[in-house]
Amino acid sequence: MTAHSTGSIALSPRRVGAMVLRYLYLLRSSWTRLLELIYWPAVQLFVWGFLQFYIAQNSGFFARASGVFIAAVLMWDVLFRGQLGFSVSFLEEMWSRNLSNLMISPLRPIEFVSALMIMSILRLAIGMVPVTLLAIAFFGFNVYGLGLALAAFFLNLILTSWAVGIVVAGVLLRNGMGAESLAWTLMFVLMPLTCVYYPVSVLPHWLQAIAWALPPTYVFEGMRALVMERTFRADLMIEAFALNALYFTAAVIAFLALLESSRRAGSLLQTGE
Amino acid sequence: MTAAAPAVAVDRLVKVYKTTRAVDGISFALAAGSVTGLLGGNGAGKTTTIAMILGLVLPTSGTVTVLGAEMPRQRYRVLHKMNFESPYIDIPHRLTVRQNLRVFGRLYAVEDLNGRIASLAEELDLTEFLDRPAGKLSAGQKTRVALAKALINSPQVLLLDEPTASLDPDTADWVRGHLERFRLQHGTTVLLASHNMSEVERLCERVIIMKRGRVEDDDTPARLLVRYGRETLEEVFLDVARGRGEAREAAQ
Repeated sequence: MTAHSTGSIALSPRRVGAMVLRYLYLLRSSWTRLLELIYWPAVQLFVWGFLQFYIAQNSGFFARASGVFIAAVLMWDVLFRGQLGFSVSFLEEMWSRNLSNLMISPLRPIEFVSALMIMSILRLAIGMVPVTLLAIAFFGFNVYGLGLALAAFFLNLILTSWAVGIVVAGVLLRNGMGAESLAWTLMFVLMPLTCVYYPVSVLPHWLQAIAWALPPTYVFEGMRALVMERTFRADLMIEAFALNALYFTAAVIAFLALLESSRRAGSLLQTGE
Repeated sequence: MTAAAPAVAVDRLVKVYKTTRAVDGISFALAAGSVTGLLGGNGAGKTTTIAMILGLVLPTSGTVTVLGAEMPRQRYRVLHKMNFESPYIDIPHRLTVRQNLRVFGRLYAVEDLNGRIASLAEELDLTEFLDRPAGKLSAGQKTRVALAKALINSPQVLLLDEPTASLDPDTADWVRGHLERFRLQHGTTVLLASHNMSEVERLCERVIIMKRGRVEDDDTPARLLVRYGRETLEEVFLDVARGRGEAREAAQ
């Protein structure tokens, strides 16, 4: 059996690499796009960092919880910008009316999604690494000091961001650019529910049940436990990972179903508004 | 696939979008190495037919087979042997011509990619534009880049949707000449959807005329001219589009 006769599960690193190369060429072509990756995370960091300074000066509790807001804003940016990095790379194909070229090429959906996931990490690294260094320089908060826990937080947040990105890509395929705003706004629904800046216990009881159904909630609770109580909650990370496995699988299934549906509706021919 | 098997076989193909029957039970087969024109007015079903051959659109019923693979179920067996060009699909504008061809060449697993890009650039007179962003090229240059993308994998089956639309006569003629040479060199099976009748007369040995999703006629250009008693394909096309073909058959 040749490589070409295998099913859609087969993954070619060469084709994934081709797509990553395409997005790197695109990033390289514009310094403003590169700057944009750093700009908003840096603005967020300074706003929350100085706010934390101010509150800490007036509250003994927050003085003890030094860094919790900064850690929260950095973790939120991993979640939000991870999804944005995935979705923007996908949107590039729609903006440039290139999707049909890709869909008639040997590129398989799983390879396309893999390339988007890699780009999500690369874009995140370009944006977040300088910002984490700014956090050390200006606020004395070293996120890398979280050690292995940081890897667990990152893994869980990026998995959620990909799951959301995959579903958004499927909806865009099926509904065209009319659904573009989803790419920019969907994650904000999660912001109050996943308790980025406050503990789950402040939510009404009925809302807590929803919050605990979302993997990032476990990460933000775990982050607070680590920063404020110096306790790493492995149980929370395992639960988050289990939920992420579930949501990620569901997202891939939804993407494939939406792709099939767009083939049926002919929407791959018209990917504009 | 045996030697006699058609490169593309379309059998009782139907596509219904909600209440619109875009393609209505068409059947045809394209012999390997042949060049066939697909004619029809706007909304005749040409683009939907091509999209189903490419596996981009799922048929409501009927089958499409390309190089022995049933589309779209077995599309990954043959997509690397096919390609498509249409002025309605762009090449990414922000990438240079060379970057675009590199990306598509890798997607199609083209061997000696740099050599292939260099030879295509020479054949299509793109060498001086290779490092220019695709978005900064003229319409004619963009068409040549799109053609280079469509030929990057030396396809066995090439589908073209109005490849010379919006080009000046000189550039259009040049593109047709290149397509002729490419087909002769590679024995590629070509399906060409076009509104340009002189293009079809020049390039195609067979013409399929569609109207309202159906195949209205299917013959060589010469035989169509004789049967319709016309001097040009454009007149034949107008006869079919305005229903005079049916009237003539009824009279006969």
